[in-house]
Amino acid sequence: MTLTAKDVAEIMRLLEQSSFDSLSLEIDGVKLNVQRGSTPQTRQPGPAEGAPPPAVPQTESQTVQRKATPPSEPGLAEVSSPLLGIFYRAPKPGEPPFVEVGSKVTEDTVVCIIEVMKLMNSVRAGLKGEVVEILALNGALVEYGEVLLRVRPEA
Amino acid sequence: MLAASEVDLDSLPARLADRTICIGPARAADSYLKIDTIVQAALGVNADAIHPGYGFLSERAALARLCEEEGVIFIGPTSEQIEAVGDKLRAREEAAAAGVPIAPGGPVETIGEAMTLGREIGPPLLIKAVGGGGGRGMKRVDRLDDLAETMRLAAGEAGAAFGDARVYLERFVARGRHVEVQIVGDGAGHVIHLGERDCSVQRRYQKLIEETPAPGLRSDLRARIHAAGVQFAETLSYRGAGTVEFLVDSEREAFYFLEMNARIQVEHPVTEEVTGVDLVAEQIAIAEGRGLRLRQENVRREGCAIECRINAEDPARDFHPSPGMVREAAWPSGEGVRVDTHIFSGARVPPFYDSLMAKIIVHASNRPTALEKMRRAIAMTRLEGVATNLGFHAKVLADPEFERGGVDTSYLPRFLENRRLVEEARAHG
Repeated sequence: MTLTAKDVAEIMRLLEQSSFDSLSLEIDGVKLNVQRGSTPQTRQPGPAEGAPPPAVPQTESQTVQRKATPPSEPGLAEVSSPLLGIFYRAPKPGEPPFVEVGSKVTEDTVVCIIEVMKLMNSVRAGLKGEVVEILALNGALVEYGEVLLRVRPEA
Repeated sequence: MLAASEVDLDSLPARLADRTICIGPARAADSYLKIDTIVQAALGVNADAIHPGYGFLSERAALARLCEEEGVIFIGPTSEQIEAVGDKLRAREEAAAAGVPIAPGGPVETIGEAMTLGREIGPPLLIKAVGGGGGRGMKRVDRLDDLAETMRLAAGEAGAAFGDARVYLERFVARGRHVEVQIVGDGAGHVIHLGERDCSVQRRYQKLIEETPAPGLRSDLRARIHAAGVQFAETLSYRGAGTVEFLVDSEREAFYFLEMNARIQVEHPVTEEVTGVDLVAEQIAIAEGRGLRLRQENVRREGCAIECRINAEDPARDFHPSPGMVREAAWPSGEGVRVDTHIFSGARVPPFYDSLMAKIIVHASNRPTALEKMRRAIAMTRLEGVATNLGFHAKVLADPEFERGGVDTSYLPRFLENRRLVEEARAHG
């Protein structure tokens, strides 16, 4: 099953009416995190609502996807890395990249390769639209859940 | 740098790390157990070495081997050594060859063989899986009539659980104490020991309270156990920190090799407290090729140290795990009190992994003082939001039998059963 926009609206309404501040839902690999209040956060519930211990430094370590540059326009969908590995934009060195900014993609379009110990994993766009931003650097390590590129969805 | 799953990105270790690398989703099979991903992460951030901790992959030969192939230092033994002790039957044979006492028993391939050997040893017996260990893959047989059926069952289960259906028989020691020797080896044949730990307070093979020295052991028996631990590790030319476990038959003043754990263990702090040696620092020094920095004659053991494992589990509900948000956490402090923990006010105990919240360790000049210190430390600890075994620890620490010292592994199940009977009687009274 997949979540429709209507489902999400219904879930948000339920959260609004509940006594909870956040809701995390995972169905068939689709993850939804909804939080009440004005501080929007991505996937993770923030570093504990309670106060962290004073002795513990808040380092900049907090994962890469939180450091990802803000989207250039609203309404963009994110294609994030399904696993940790080395990000490659092209099938082989010297060959043209799978996609460029401006490329049209469909659900099944391969947008990059993630290499894990010499095993190549194709990553598909997962939605129909146009590539607007490519965030990951060719040949660099990407973490699980890191935003690789952003796509303007097409209805 | 820390490799963490998605749910551990806000954990205390992640906050303390210079960098946290997200290796996958919550499910361990998709993150912490993925050897390729761990090594790829290490290579991707140019890490020199991997410390495998004491969980998940610490005794997985495949991780050590991949590190060896990729030129990443594995802080621990060689893949070959992990394999040698991971195969419990092979470890048993190595022990016998090294002159270390083993419990009467041996490998059995057919029911016929099992019956012959079973008659020879006499019940009660244990059927153990070659691929098991740490209490997993064991079955007790009290009557020889049950041996054939239990053996069939054990082999089937071992095949399913460990991918290895081989089993072996051993005499079951009813009144046995779990005593283990901490060893450190340089990988070139030099091995020293840092004394023993008594871990007899167990529930379903899960250790709850550990202490050093083992109370009431005769000093010659203690010395023989230490020597046996060193001897076993020396035959392997063992590298790094490890533990050789023995079952001590207090009635017969005898001891038998159980298994070796090729990793640093949860309960290592009690050894650190009495010796003043930082075992993890020694692990890293050995991995860096700096060899053993300690000589046996320089290892001094002073006083007594006790550790209580504080778990997020509910003793009232048969120790069922109790994950959730810890609203408030207050830990004990003071001289000779140490708390190793990842829990603070607002921290979460995720439902996906082990329920260990903290280890409270006390150190004092003798056992009665250490016990008193531990009672106060437990009383000072406050944990709100999840069920814990704190109150249960307080009861065990107040029990006269535990206070006397030297209990065997049947102690805790008996203690629980007695409490249940008392409560039942009270309910009826």
